[in-house]
Amino acid sequence: MKAPDFDYVRVRSLDEALAALAAHGEGARILAGGQSLVPALNLRLLAPEILVDIGGIADLSGIALADGTIRIGAMTRHADLERSPEIARHVPLLARAVREIGHPAIRNRGTIGGSLAHADPASELPACVLALEARIVARGPSGERTIAASDFFRGLYETALGPDEILVRIEIPAAAAGERFAFHELARRHGDYAMAGIAALARDTGAATLRIAYFGIGSRPMLAAGAAAALRDHGASEAGAAAAVRALGADLEPQSDLQASAALRMHLAGVLLRRALKDLFPDAAGGREEEIA
Amino acid sequence: MSDTAGRQPGLSVLDRPNSYIGRAVPRPNIARLTQGRGRYASDISLPRMVHVAFVRSPYAHARIVRIDKTAASGLPGVVAIVTGAELAAVMTPWVGVLSHLKGLKSAPQHAIAVERACWQGEAVAAVVARSRAEAEDAAELVAVDYEELEPVVSVEAALAPGARAIHPELGDNIAFERVLDAGEVDRAFAEADSVVETTFAFGRHTGVTLEPRAIVADWNPGEARLTVYQGTQAPHMMQNIIARHLALEESQVRVICGDVGGSFGIKVHVYADEMATVALAKLLKRPVKYVPDRVESFVSDIHARDHCVKARAAVKRDGTITAFEIDDETGIGPYSMYPRTSGIEANQVVNLVGGPYRTPNYRARARVVFQNKNVMCQYRGVGHPVACSVTEGLVDMAARAIGMDPFEIRRRNVIPDDAHPSVSAAGLKFEALSHQAALAKLHAMMDYDARRREQAALREKGVYRGIGLATFIEVTNPSAAFYGVGGARISSQDGAALRLDATGALVCQISVTEQGQGTEAVIAQVVATAFGVPIERVRVITGDTDVTPYGGGTWASRGAGIGGEAALQAGKALRENVLKVAGTILQAQPAALDIRDGLVVDRDTGRERIGLEEIARIAYFRPDTLPSDFQPELMVVRHYVPRKYPFAFTNGVNACWLEVDVETGFVKLLKYWIVEDCGTIINPQLVDEQIRGGVVQGLGPALMEHCIYDERGQLLNGNMADYLVPMAAEMPDIEVGHVVSPTLESELGAKGAGEAGTAGAAAAVANAVNDALSPFGVAISAIPITPEIVLRALGRL
Ligand SMILES: Cc1cc2nc3c(=O)[nH]c(=O)nc-3n(C[C@H](O)[C@H](O)[C@H](O)COP(=O)(O)OP(=O)(O)OC[C@H]3O[C@@H](n4cnc5c(N)ncnc54)[C@H](O)[C@@H]3O)c2cc1C
Repeated sequence: MKAPDFDYVRVRSLDEALAALAAHGEGARILAGGQSLVPALNLRLLAPEILVDIGGIADLSGIALADGTIRIGAMTRHADLERSPEIARHVPLLARAVREIGHPAIRNRGTIGGSLAHADPASELPACVLALEARIVARGPSGERTIAASDFFRGLYETALGPDEILVRIEIPAAAAGERFAFHELARRHGDYAMAGIAALARDTGAATLRIAYFGIGSRPMLAAGAAAALRDHGASEAGAAAAVRALGADLEPQSDLQASAALRMHLAGVLLRRALKDLFPDAAGGREEEIA
Repeated sequence: MSDTAGRQPGLSVLDRPNSYIGRAVPRPNIARLTQGRGRYASDISLPRMVHVAFVRSPYAHARIVRIDKTAASGLPGVVAIVTGAELAAVMTPWVGVLSHLKGLKSAPQHAIAVERACWQGEAVAAVVARSRAEAEDAAELVAVDYEELEPVVSVEAALAPGARAIHPELGDNIAFERVLDAGEVDRAFAEADSVVETTFAFGRHTGVTLEPRAIVADWNPGEARLTVYQGTQAPHMMQNIIARHLALEESQVRVICGDVGGSFGIKVHVYADEMATVALAKLLKRPVKYVPDRVESFVSDIHARDHCVKARAAVKRDGTITAFEIDDETGIGPYSMYPRTSGIEANQVVNLVGGPYRTPNYRARARVVFQNKNVMCQYRGVGHPVACSVTEGLVDMAARAIGMDPFEIRRRNVIPDDAHPSVSAAGLKFEALSHQAALAKLHAMMDYDARRREQAALREKGVYRGIGLATFIEVTNPSAAFYGVGGARISSQDGAALRLDATGALVCQISVTEQGQGTEAVIAQVVATAFGVPIERVRVITGDTDVTPYGGGTWASRGAGIGGEAALQAGKALRENVLKVAGTILQAQPAALDIRDGLVVDRDTGRERIGLEEIARIAYFRPDTLPSDFQPELMVVRHYVPRKYPFAFTNGVNACWLEVDVETGFVKLLKYWIVEDCGTIINPQLVDEQIRGGVVQGLGPALMEHCIYDERGQLLNGNMADYLVPMAAEMPDIEVGHVVSPTLESELGAKGAGEAGTAGAAAAVANAVNDALSPFGVAISAIPITPEIVLRALGRL
């Protein structure tokens, strides 16, 4: 299929981009890496009047560490995250997760800002920023505002961004000593969106700071707060793990689609949690394989 | 291995000096294709060319009440908007039946639906515009009023008593039914020590060629001739059919098939939208191009399989399988495809079940039914994967029932290698098969006993791995028995025209076609060998009805076996003719001369006598120096068709080694082995890659590929994100071994290899999954085997 006709502008600055958005309102779309937008255009699922290409805005990409915070520009490509020594050192969860996004050609073009703004519930990065307690910085006509990751994802392809706003960067607390993460994804083929995935992070060696985020389960990335609380209460023992898996029933709203039924997703969420606990707390009983049924 | 008697080493044409037979010669077209210099139908652009996009029915079954073109006609670039009724004035409808499939019926199908759309995706109007994008813009504005009709979607619904007939004039939804009863089936079951029984389900899937179908049709009123550039497997068949339905003489139609980006049987059928494209070219008197996009391909390229087979087998305690019985139901969409029909696959299932085994008692019924889904027809492997999965699934169940090793039960039941020629229970004639040799070779290749030990050790640790075996037979080199006897104008013979050009190089025009599998390489190897030149001196031309001899093209694993033999005979004949010229020039006996490596030499000593360029120079430019009663003939034509056997059956055996994650239901393919016997191997690399590609096309539907329809007949996953084709990362290493039993029908001895890999791959996977799950006492008999299916079988969902 061929995309319907649209206009195209490549802007040089954020101000220019915001002006273009203001001028065209809902008819404008930001073009970042194009890896989600262009397929949607070619399938005629979207018919914007104009694409505002932000690829030429130099200060939108880059990775920087300051004051214990990693700042990642919205136009930073997946491949840049993959290769960045800062990300490997200070946000190892992201370094691990990004390898699962599509294939090299897609990672060369796709951006972190695009991935978060697009908010595909099966995407890896939205769940990671939830687990990482990241802050998402957006710029609109009235200036910048910061949105906690936990407030950002509203629903299927739906975020807290307004139509006149641009996601400009992501801020993530750099990993502290003793921090651990677990990341697992189940996809039928390498590079596919997840059928179910988990990104979990513990800021220290115990279960007290554990944050467990899921992707590919419901209509948006979700934190499993009940499961985390169960583990806080019981520790990563077998009893804690069992309670956490039970708690997933209330934490998650699994959806059925062509890839998997809601029941399968709920089952896989439990399996993934056990596997994540095994990575995070290898000595505790809760992750033992044979316990899983 | 089991080289057949009757051919003495050193005397065959295959063993000539500078033979290319059995050598992995690079394909002559590889540089062109890898440099992006191929010429696919999708690449063709002609002056005044316009593009067509189709308005397709969103309903599986609907009456077309009214088509309003007003809004669409006003868009820029729009050339014409044409409905089915308007196009019917130019092109007659067709009915996909063959007389040898007795009772097969279908309804007339139009290039564009006239009153009724019968599947979601059937074209109801054509929009022609300057560009495809403009045509798509306008197609969105064509307003079609539909009256939705109740769709008949599932096979059960189509067969239910009192079911509404999709084509009322046909009376019911049964397109074709075949029954077969051989031996004493009831007695065998009564006397069995064990009877195993299950129902096998096969999901619908499709071919997904790298290049979609593509066609450019150019009607030239000045010479009253239509030139069609098309990605097709059968140019002469298309020439005949296009002419017939446009009321033209065959000589008024030329079909040119350049490079083709994969076919797999998808491109051997007559598609309504392609027929509409040629009709539009005639109507508009200008070139029209049609290349479906992926989303259209999923709802218009033929689908395959969609079978449900109730099956059972009888076995004795000593492992002897005494009977097979099957009842197959398959849904083919609303029309039988033209001209090969949608009855062939079920017919093949009936023919092939039990095929590798001695089992004399066999009863089968197959029913082929209409339904409101996309059309279904022959795709790589035609019937083989279904028959093989049923047979091999039953054999494994039988082995389990009597506590016998799956290898052992096969060893005891296959037709022995020395029993040929033989006839199967279904009446298939086998010239020479090598099941025993193939099993022995596979056993060694995979180190079967070591795998079993590894499997047992891993089970102790909660790792569930399985071994799946699948023997198969494959239909190749079909004679006229396949289509010709049923009244279809589909040639089973092929021709090769070979000429010596003025510089001593060879040009071979041949009617078999190239779709990426290496036909042209194989033909060049055969010609170079038979005639005696370096392969670089041979140019092969395929795919042009104005240029090549008449023939069938490439399908049913026939290119090398049939086209290759025609080329071989042409090479020998031209060699004789050239040696006559040489003999005249040299005053020597032609029989004392030979052509080797591009030179005429003394047969006995190999001493060089004269170059081919010199012979060509004299014959073409100085014939005055030759005796006046001698006319050199430096172009010959030879044709070939097998006559003794309706098909040259091949055989082989697969083994799959995989791991099932019993927590997630995911299946990981670890390793794959296959031993096959395609007779003479002309190019081992091409054969191996055909086998590997075939295996992958069998593994896809075993685990992932599935056209998922809802209860309203809507295809839910018709795109490349939701329809999962197998990708390199999930594919195991595939080791290929060979046994060589040449067919004695031809001098070349080659049988087909194109579909062998596809035949048994799904069977091997399903058997391996069930082997892995055997500690849990569960079994799966539906493909694709998804995590959901595995976990449900395990009772974990
Ligand atoms: C074959 C294939 C496989 C893929 N597999 C995966 C996968 O496994 N996991 C995964 O996560 N992704 C996958 N992707 C998608 C890929 O990660 C995309 O890069 C990502 O979803 C979107 O990023 P982008 O930069 O390409 O955004 P674009 O496609 O350019 O834009 C996406 C949307 O976000 C909006 N947008 C983009 N940037 C901004 C911004 N700065 N501010 C506000 N709005 C913005 C756009 O307007 C648009 O609506 C795959 C893509 C393909 C084609």
